Amino acid sequence: MKRFALPGFGLSTGFTVLYLGLLVLIPLSTVVVNTLNLSWPAFWAIASAPRAVASYRLTFGASLLAALINGVAGFLVAWVLVRYRFPGRRFVDALIDLPFALPTAVAGITLATLLGPRGWIGAPLAQAGIAAAFSPFGIVVALTFVGLPFVVRTVQPVLEDLAPELEEAAATLGATAGQTFRRVLLPHVLPAAITGLALAFARSIGEYGSVIFVAGNMPMRTEITPLLIVTKLEQFDYAGANALALVMLVVSFALLLAINGLQRWSAR
Amino acid sequence: MSGAVVSLATAAAGRRRDSRRDAGGPLVLLALAFVGVLVIAPLALVFVEAFRKGFAAIAEPDALAAIRLTLLTAAIVVPLNTLFGLAAGWALTRFDFRGKSVLLTLIDLPFAVSPVIAGLLFIQLFGTRGPLGAWLGERGLQVVFATPGIVLATLFVTFPFVARELIAFMETQGREQEEAATVLGASGWQTFVRVTLPNIKWGLLYGVILCNARAMGEFGAVSVVSGHVRGETNTMPLHVEVLYNEYQLSGAFAVASLLTLLALVTLAARHFIESRKGEPS
Amino acid sequence: MIRMLLTFFLFTLQAQQPKSVQLLNVSYDPTRELYQEINAAFARQWKAKTGQTVVIRQSHGGSSKQARAVLDGLQADVVTLALASDIDALAAAGLVARDWQRRFPHNSAPYTSTIVFLVRKGNPKKIRTWDDVVRPGVSVITANPKTSGGARWTYLAAYGYALEKSRGNAAQARAFVARLYRNVPVLDSGARGATTTFAERGIGDVLLAWENEAHLALRELGAGRFEIVVPPSSILAEPPVAVVDKVVARRGTATVARAYVEFLYSAEGQAIAAKHAYRPRSGGLWSAAAPAAALHAAAPAAAGASRAAAGAAAVQSGPAPLRLFTVAQLGGWAAVQKAHFADGAAFDRIFEVWQ
Repeated sequence: MKRFALPGFGLSTGFTVLYLGLLVLIPLSTVVVNTLNLSWPAFWAIASAPRAVASYRLTFGASLLAALINGVAGFLVAWVLVRYRFPGRRFVDALIDLPFALPTAVAGITLATLLGPRGWIGAPLAQAGIAAAFSPFGIVVALTFVGLPFVVRTVQPVLEDLAPELEEAAATLGATAGQTFRRVLLPHVLPAAITGLALAFARSIGEYGSVIFVAGNMPMRTEITPLLIVTKLEQFDYAGANALALVMLVVSFALLLAINGLQRWSAR
Repeated sequence: MSGAVVSLATAAAGRRRDSRRDAGGPLVLLALAFVGVLVIAPLALVFVEAFRKGFAAIAEPDALAAIRLTLLTAAIVVPLNTLFGLAAGWALTRFDFRGKSVLLTLIDLPFAVSPVIAGLLFIQLFGTRGPLGAWLGERGLQVVFATPGIVLATLFVTFPFVARELIAFMETQGREQEEAATVLGASGWQTFVRVTLPNIKWGLLYGVILCNARAMGEFGAVSVVSGHVRGETNTMPLHVEVLYNEYQLSGAFAVASLLTLLALVTLAARHFIESRKGEPS
Repeated sequence: MIRMLLTFFLFTLQAQQPKSVQLLNVSYDPTRELYQEINAAFARQWKAKTGQTVVIRQSHGGSSKQARAVLDGLQADVVTLALASDIDALAAAGLVARDWQRRFPHNSAPYTSTIVFLVRKGNPKKIRTWDDVVRPGVSVITANPKTSGGARWTYLAAYGYALEKSRGNAAQARAFVARLYRNVPVLDSGARGATTTFAERGIGDVLLAWENEAHLALRELGAGRFEIVVPPSSILAEPPVAVVDKVVARRGTATVARAYVEFLYSAEGQAIAAKHAYRPRSGGLWSAAAPAAALHAAAPAAAGASRAAAGAAAVQSGPAPLRLFTVAQLGGWAAVQKAHFADGAAFDRIFEVWQ
């Protein structure tokens, strides 16, 4: 008796599972296995060491800040792209995806040069007394760059799909532009905006290439967690590298589940 | 995480009305300023620095070797991931079964994993201290610190791109056409080739182009897994870092400009595909 | 008859040797330019001597990072790293013979170096000694001692100075080093990264660098922009080299690899090292101004003479002749590694006290 209406279940699912198993599960298991070699107190000591905790604060803090900035600015950009006509609109629209398509190393050296004391942006900031590169400021800028497309591209389709009748109805009922925005549009768009924000956040916490050229890499101050993992690896501290990797994996996994949940919620 | 892949499906479902207001006001300026500083300035800087005097660096043997390695990696990674994407798209949108969401989450995983962790995974699996290390060492097979390791790390980081794009696309399209074809007596392959493929061609194309861009541009994972052997295991992004560290800033930006051009081509392709997806296939 | 057999025998022997052989030299960060020249010279000499073409591939990075890569499977025939403890790690894993350091002269260190200061032109912050480096308001660039060999030599140079100054008070010496790192805004993973940060990106008032790095920066980026200040005392850095026995046994490159390392000690090798501002073991090739003159004389002819003069003038000595102390005087690498660079040791503790 045929279980499915369409053929090919065995082949396609089999190949998918095989690929995932070989490429994802088995490599990931090495982290788990290596960490299991540690006793729980030893693992906890590594994962909660002051330098590690400082890196979490920086990584998650900077990523959150960048995601929030993108949430607001990305929403604005999406709004402007959808609702206004202006010369170069299509060009700007196409460029939004640049951080997504550009190699992270290129982004890294470019942002480091731009924000350095002699850079186009860094020089004027230095005059004003703000150290742009090698500070948390530089890291936030780099992460904002990296996360920009996520919010814009999640919000854009929703804004485009918004039926004009909704706003017209609100206007005929006497709502001001502000009220229309707050009570009619925002609830529609908010789920997508939050999803985009979460996506930007998830991407930022793992970001490496774009950040290490512009970050200071000073322990306890400007050292992101991915860099700390690499540093531990280079010091022959495999246990430490694995422990931190596990922490990041758990957080990333939880984030993924949250984002999938968010997407299901906003699709309703 | 379909949003991350800029799903064409959602855009396809939308209707674009031209209810745009004409250029106006502080909002537009603000948005443009944001995009200008964050996106356009870096883009301009790459080419300005490259043109300063950098392009000779591209002709050097180490740079050429890096370009060759990058192209080779992409040539292996993209077809494999496309195959996976097609299989995963078919499996996950044409059937209902338990564990579908687990598979979906697994496919999303590389998006959430830091690329350096990806590199660490393969070092631990194939390095001399790993479970396979002794076996490989006896046979003189080199995986990490050589091209196979770079290919594997790149595979890991980029396989979701095609898959996610296709899953979103094929989900939106529904199964009716394929089911109709099957009922009419077409075999699995015939259905797939004659019905499915033409329908998904734009999504497939975009997923492939994006996967390619990321495969050529991957840095973090490859940096951990490569031996940084000049002329042998440096890809283009790694070579950019090498030049940057050898007082050849213009040279670094010259190689970077090649990669940037690739990114721009990717963007143009998306734009092109986006405008074509409205046409009946 | 015998002559004919002999000729035949030699002919087959030669025919058995492969036409081309490849070596991988895994090195630390700043030696990029040095080995480019050494490799070309060695290939020439080897070809002339044996008719065989040898291609030498290079890999560069922080010394410990490179050692770790070799441990994990990078097939290095020869390692030329920044400090002995990195090669000791390879010996502990069985890749290199345990007595590797005795295999070549001078503890397997064909050249030495030291740590000097590179400052901006005119030395506006008047940095001349280690005490000046720890002054508040001075921005110092150095690499991460956990990954960079040069950075570890730097740490020990500062520590050694403070230990001497405080007459053996380890706590005071550690406090001195802590003050130094308080002045550091960015920590690169390798010596070359630190030089790039200082010289190209314009960060910091002083770079604590390998002597050869400082001279190279002067040459590459213009003697008019920087000056070298040699502190009154510094550490004698002995970057060692070794043949990776396990790899060359498997690849059959033992003879070439050994010859390559011996080349570093030969007259030609030592001259090349001196030219790149590494202090050769052979006497008579070194004086403080020599590398500057040699390096800058190699600069393009148009600017030649004036640049050579500028280069030589750019090297200033400190108020007293350079005194060098060794790591043995600080207790040897094993003790130093444990006390300062191990997980949770002195270097880590510097940062934990902040926040």
